[in-house]
Amino acid sequence: MSNNWEMVIGLEVHAQLKTSSKLFSSSPNLFGSEPNENVNFIDAGMPGMLPVLNWACIEKAIKTGFALNFTINKHSVFERKNYFYPDLPQGYQISQFEFPILSEGYLEIDQPDGNTKKIRIERAHLEQDAGKSIHDIDPKFSFIDLNRVGTPLLEIVSYPDLSSAEDVVNYMSSLRQTLMYIDVCDGNMQEGSLRADVNLSIRKPGGELGTRCEIKNLNSFKFIRQAIEFEFQRQIEVIESGGSVEQNTMLFDTSTGETRPMRSKEFSHDYRYFPDPDLLPVNLTDEQINQIKPSMEELPHQKIARYVSDYKIDKDISKIIIAEKENTILFEKMVNESDVNPKNIASWLVGDIFAFVKEKNLDVLNLLEYTKDITDLLKLISDDVISNKVGKEILPQVLEGKGKPNELVKKMGLEQVSNTDELEKIIDDALMGEEENIAKFQGGSDRVLGYFVGKCLKSTKGKGNPKLINKILLEKLKK
Amino acid sequence: MPKKQSISSLVNSLKEKKISVHELFDQFHKVAKENANNSYNLVLDPDYQKSNLEISQERYSNGKNLPLDGIPLGIKDLFCTKGITTTASSKILSNFIPQYESFVTQQLLNDGAIFIGKNNCDEFAMGSSNETSHFGPVVNPWKNKNSPTEKLVPGGSSGGSAAAVAEGSCVASMGTDTGGSIRQPASLCGLVGLKPTFGSCSRWGIVAFASSLDQAGPITNSVEDAAYILNSISKHDFNDSTSSNHPRDDYLKEIDKKLDHKIKIGIPSDYLKNVTPEIIAQIENTKKSLAGYDIEFVDVAFETTDYALSTYYIIAPAEASSNLARYDGIRYGVREEGGNLDDIYLNSRTSGFGDEVTRRILIGTYVLSAGYYDAYYRQAQKVRRLIKDDFQRVFQEVDFILTPTTPNEAFKIGEKLDPIAMYMNDVFTVPTSLAGLPGISLPSGLSANGLPLGVQLIGNYFQEKKLLQLSHLIEKELSFNE
Repeated sequence: MSNNWEMVIGLEVHAQLKTSSKLFSSSPNLFGSEPNENVNFIDAGMPGMLPVLNWACIEKAIKTGFALNFTINKHSVFERKNYFYPDLPQGYQISQFEFPILSEGYLEIDQPDGNTKKIRIERAHLEQDAGKSIHDIDPKFSFIDLNRVGTPLLEIVSYPDLSSAEDVVNYMSSLRQTLMYIDVCDGNMQEGSLRADVNLSIRKPGGELGTRCEIKNLNSFKFIRQAIEFEFQRQIEVIESGGSVEQNTMLFDTSTGETRPMRSKEFSHDYRYFPDPDLLPVNLTDEQINQIKPSMEELPHQKIARYVSDYKIDKDISKIIIAEKENTILFEKMVNESDVNPKNIASWLVGDIFAFVKEKNLDVLNLLEYTKDITDLLKLISDDVISNKVGKEILPQVLEGKGKPNELVKKMGLEQVSNTDELEKIIDDALMGEEENIAKFQGGSDRVLGYFVGKCLKSTKGKGNPKLINKILLEKLKK
Repeated sequence: MPKKQSISSLVNSLKEKKISVHELFDQFHKVAKENANNSYNLVLDPDYQKSNLEISQERYSNGKNLPLDGIPLGIKDLFCTKGITTTASSKILSNFIPQYESFVTQQLLNDGAIFIGKNNCDEFAMGSSNETSHFGPVVNPWKNKNSPTEKLVPGGSSGGSAAAVAEGSCVASMGTDTGGSIRQPASLCGLVGLKPTFGSCSRWGIVAFASSLDQAGPITNSVEDAAYILNSISKHDFNDSTSSNHPRDDYLKEIDKKLDHKIKIGIPSDYLKNVTPEIIAQIENTKKSLAGYDIEFVDVAFETTDYALSTYYIIAPAEASSNLARYDGIRYGVREEGGNLDDIYLNSRTSGFGDEVTRRILIGTYVLSAGYYDAYYRQAQKVRRLIKDDFQRVFQEVDFILTPTTPNEAFKIGEKLDPIAMYMNDVFTVPTSLAGLPGISLPSGLSANGLPLGVQLIGNYFQEKKLLQLSHLIEKELSFNE
């Protein structure tokens, strides 16, 4: 029955900006400090304290504007969103409301059928994060940690263009990837650097939109998926049993995988937004906006296009590389500091190198100090000094910094035998007493050639250069 | 009234060692300590100021004195003073000791001033009579000669500051002005009160009432003293986003300078519509006193004056309702316990705020509420823009505007029970505040009851230098100080 219904989803993503200090104070913007360590008089809402805008946050917003195809508004206004809560010391959150810094952007996501889908983004605005209330330390008291107070957030609000949990995860991961590429957000969802509120309603295909519910504060792809699936079924059950969905804010219980109402609309706050009189409107000039452009990092989709066109790397392999920004740093370093064919580097990277990283549970960036060794190894292979097989054997030692590739090859006596005289002798030995097979070859049986090559390689213990062996063998056989 | 001693004469006496910094402090401290008019929430004793006094005296001995060295000043209890209780005259902050010094008071300290104490004021600067203070009303040192036992209000909200200067317990006092809170009490206490251009003096460290209107300024015995203080406090401050980086003048240096061109002063007829002949006489006196100068008086008319007070009483409470949200009893200030979080908020705020503050929080919350925002707050912001434009239109014709400061002389404590009647006290000062313009109140004469009355001179943005020059001239010609 549920396949009669489709879901309509819009996403509000809160991204903590990667800045050294907070949105309106000079306190450090750090995760994981001792409680209330990163709190100054402004953050604590002391009498007479005033906010001062951290311009780095504006620059991060502008970069996001470029990356997500937004209109960057030259006029934006910080307003106060008024409500009482102990982890909100000012009694209001400074946010943007009527005039956000970014309007009307979009992001393209991949679809299962290979096409892309454009997800429109309504707006993105800057705001302060709140502190944390901790209710489970003491039976009688709640504890307040104000470290997070004033951390800069960019809230990115999509249109309801998403129609499945898959869509949402694709959108969110693409957004995360983009924000990480442009150094706007560290993308660490576990630490809450990126959190999503999901607005979900259901409808019959082509039918009218239903009433939506908002699921708050989801901080992992797994939870997002679970919450959407649960809420989708819940709304279907409500309607199919003759009820109607109430507009609610829902909490997702990570232990049960269920959503439940947090507060219903009748208790909803009147936030009494009004322009913050302590702050001036943000008025940007074309010059200020365009100044940011040269510092824009290459975006994931731009990298894919470049890898395909400049390096002739397959699109699928390019996608694997760009999945994490770290990969591209490693890859591009190797391409830039060697003359090894980038395509060759790419296939080694996504193959043996990634396998090694995965096996050893390494940070890709740890390999940055061995990039020269890696490309030297690849060069030994392409120069026929060692075989591909030997290269694969040596690679783990190179990646662990156990030695330079040429030294390792020498030490282990693994150089490929490419000396023609030596190979001729080996081939002559191999052909000795094989008159029958030689006759077969001359009679037109090509299969015999493989047999002879294998025999020669075996006697060189794999070190013989297969290409050369092939060549000499043919010459001799054709005589 | 005690004999007035100017800052310049005191600095000279200290330089010439006719008096020591300690002796000067003691002289004022003695009056302050009596606190006869309740003008102080807190008086600092000589022991507390010992090292400041010694350092100051040392600078005089070395001939390296600072501009305000050793000058005893009162500070409105709205300025956060490091290590010194700062209450905003509210119960909710009655135990609050800031760990930081406001920008403005820091400038005064940097220039060698010594603080006598924290002046009483209306609670969170909300009031026009200094009757809303948690620590009781301030009494005006002036008496009605026809009824000398009556206790009169000093005006407000900087009523303690005005009374302190008038009673001679400090040389000058720092006040703040949101809708007239410096100019009106200065007028009712026969003093000079200057509200500088919005953005002249940093609001950092001043307990906020209405952020888009609050401005610090001095209440002094003379225009020259006001220039002394303004020189110290008017500076750009990076930590206040609304602080202006407009270049500042040396206000003192040129205070005697002859006005360099013909001056045109506008007198707005709409300000004089409903006032008593006694008030109109103040304007006439001022005009007459300047008869010998190249000054022309012209009638001007504003189109927006009638809307200013209602606009103010929407915008100021709206901002206040949000600014005062931080007083919740959680992190500092007085907390009243309760069964749950909401009860703690309710009990702390109900008990911590007085009636007038509660009234304004309610008004402010109302005008910002969904469904009322457009009708009230947004509309008020539009009218505010028109008021600014109205002033600029008039300033195309004239250099200054002359008005009464208040519609009446000091009234009896407890006399005005109706809040609207009280709000009417600010009718002449509020438009200047909404426009962010500099205004100064000058003593202009005495009423039939022997009580001081004042006139207000308004200049264009950052015209404080010329405003003080003209004020100095008027002060001299009116010879009120003699």
